[in-house]
Amino acid sequence: MTPLVARPWFVQIAAPVLLGLLVLCGWQGFCRLDHIPPYILPAPGDIGASLLANRATLLHALWSTMKVTLMALALSVAIGVAIAFVLVQSRVLENSLLPYVILMQVTPIVAIAPLIIVLVKAPAVALVVCATVIAIFPIISNTLQGLRSVDPGLADYFSMNKASRLQFLLRLRIPSALPMFLAGLRISAGLSLVGAVVAEFVAGTGGTSSGLAYEILQSGFQLDIPRMFASLALITVAGLALYGAMAALQRMVLRALSHAPGR
Amino acid sequence: MIANPAATPVVELRAAEKVFDDGTRGLVPIDLAVQPGEFVSLIGPSGCGKSTLLRLLANLHAPSDGQVLWWRGGFDQVGGDGRRLSFVFQEPTLMPWASVLANVRLPLDLAGVPRQEAQARARAALQAVGLAQAQDRTPGQLSGGMRMRVSIARGMVTRPDLLLMDEPFGALDEFTRNRLDADLAALSRQGGLTTIFVTHSLYEAVFLSSRIVVMASNPGRLFGEMRIDPAIVRDQAFRLSERFALLCRDLSVLLTSAALASGEGA
Ligand SMILES: Nc1ncnc2c1ncn2[C@@H]1O[C@H](COP(=O)(O)OP(=O)(O)OP(=O)(O)O)[C@@H](O)[C@H]1O
Ligand SMILES: [Mg+2]
Repeated sequence: MTPLVARPWFVQIAAPVLLGLLVLCGWQGFCRLDHIPPYILPAPGDIGASLLANRATLLHALWSTMKVTLMALALSVAIGVAIAFVLVQSRVLENSLLPYVILMQVTPIVAIAPLIIVLVKAPAVALVVCATVIAIFPIISNTLQGLRSVDPGLADYFSMNKASRLQFLLRLRIPSALPMFLAGLRISAGLSLVGAVVAEFVAGTGGTSSGLAYEILQSGFQLDIPRMFASLALITVAGLALYGAMAALQRMVLRALSHAPGR
Repeated sequence: MIANPAATPVVELRAAEKVFDDGTRGLVPIDLAVQPGEFVSLIGPSGCGKSTLLRLLANLHAPSDGQVLWWRGGFDQVGGDGRRLSFVFQEPTLMPWASVLANVRLPLDLAGVPRQEAQARARAALQAVGLAQAQDRTPGQLSGGMRMRVSIARGMVTRPDLLLMDEPFGALDEFTRNRLDADLAALSRQGGLTTIFVTHSLYEAVFLSSRIVVMASNPGRLFGEMRIDPAIVRDQAFRLSERFALLCRDLSVLLTSAALASGEGA
């Protein structure tokens, strides 16, 4: 019989969960035994209690953060892919536009978040715009690189077989670009959440109330540290869920691809 | 099956030459006509332009000067019944994301063959190269030799009339190579198929060909030719015959002078 530690499911799932539980127990014990007050460092139990007590507000805040995140992600994909397709059409276009894309990419977008919040009047729109601007670049650059990564030998094979432009696109360019695009999507999903939270922070300091970041700000003002941690925990859970969803999507698409399109 | 000089050549080079963009002279002007049913091997030192010549014949390079003709016409003649062209590259050149079966099916899909039929033909082609078991794997899960066999199956699945092969069996073990050689010989004996085959193995060239074209490099050109009676049945008995040994010796002599004529390429 294989020892427990040698089994893949144990190592991949049970081991990190066990470690997490151990850390939580240690944390709980440390806080209790040393009588650390919850406004300095709340014990996991306090955080859980606060999460339960404030569940209505916090879940509502989670929902509004997720809405911004998902809308920003969708917009990033739509606009980013479109930009990549336009750029790949012509060298001239790419050469003239790419420097600006890079210029925007190297500017810490977080720094222009306040500007966007001020410029865009509707607060809900401002949040989405801000998160989109933060999340879009991995989509553009990965899709572009993917579209360019077509194997020249395969391109020869297609042209020798007199493939139509549509066949080139559907059967060669898009499948070649997909793995890079999906990797970009994963990064971008994480950045959408970061963008949403940052935008909420900036907007929150300006008085607009929504989302988990706002909850964190408010809890800070009120010195309700357990609630602050509870909000933080929800952000982490949201991030994990996004990551998992993107990984699953990536696997699914790549598997579907291997059995190839119909026409 | 026997080359008939009066017939329309399947493919023809008329003073076709290739100078690359960087000024490299790939091929000096070349005349070559291949008749229906011929099995022509190209052999010569590395870098003498064998792949370049094959790419001219597949319309993947345009000649810098001169003409390439397919069935006495342009490349638009190619395709459709009786005029199918198929190319097996020196590298497997497969779609890494697609299953082995989907890779083999590709030329049929591109030509709009109905899915059911395409699927069945792709399976049969895989069977012929001994890879029926691997149809659902992706190229990344195969060995180099297996990938090459997938590429060969993809080349055969369209039932080509003109088959261009660039050293297809180079990466295979002796046993598999001999088996595929025998299959190829049987296929071309059935008639209809015209093959142009690049190889580095003089034994393989002698075993398969009705004509062997020897090339030399610096610059790339045709150096000499050897014809072998196409009526000879290409089987194990031929491989072991004295005639085979003599033909190999002749070819070896020709190859040695080609290598000498190639200067630094030798
Ligand atoms: N795209 C290119 N640009 C410039 N030179 C090229 C190009 N392709 C091939 N050549 C040159 O043309 C010559 C012939 O190349 P080719 O690939 O046809 O040789 P080969 O006979 O197939 O060699 P091997 O047996 O090694 O495959 C070589 O000297 C090579 O450097
Ligand atoms: Mg070559």
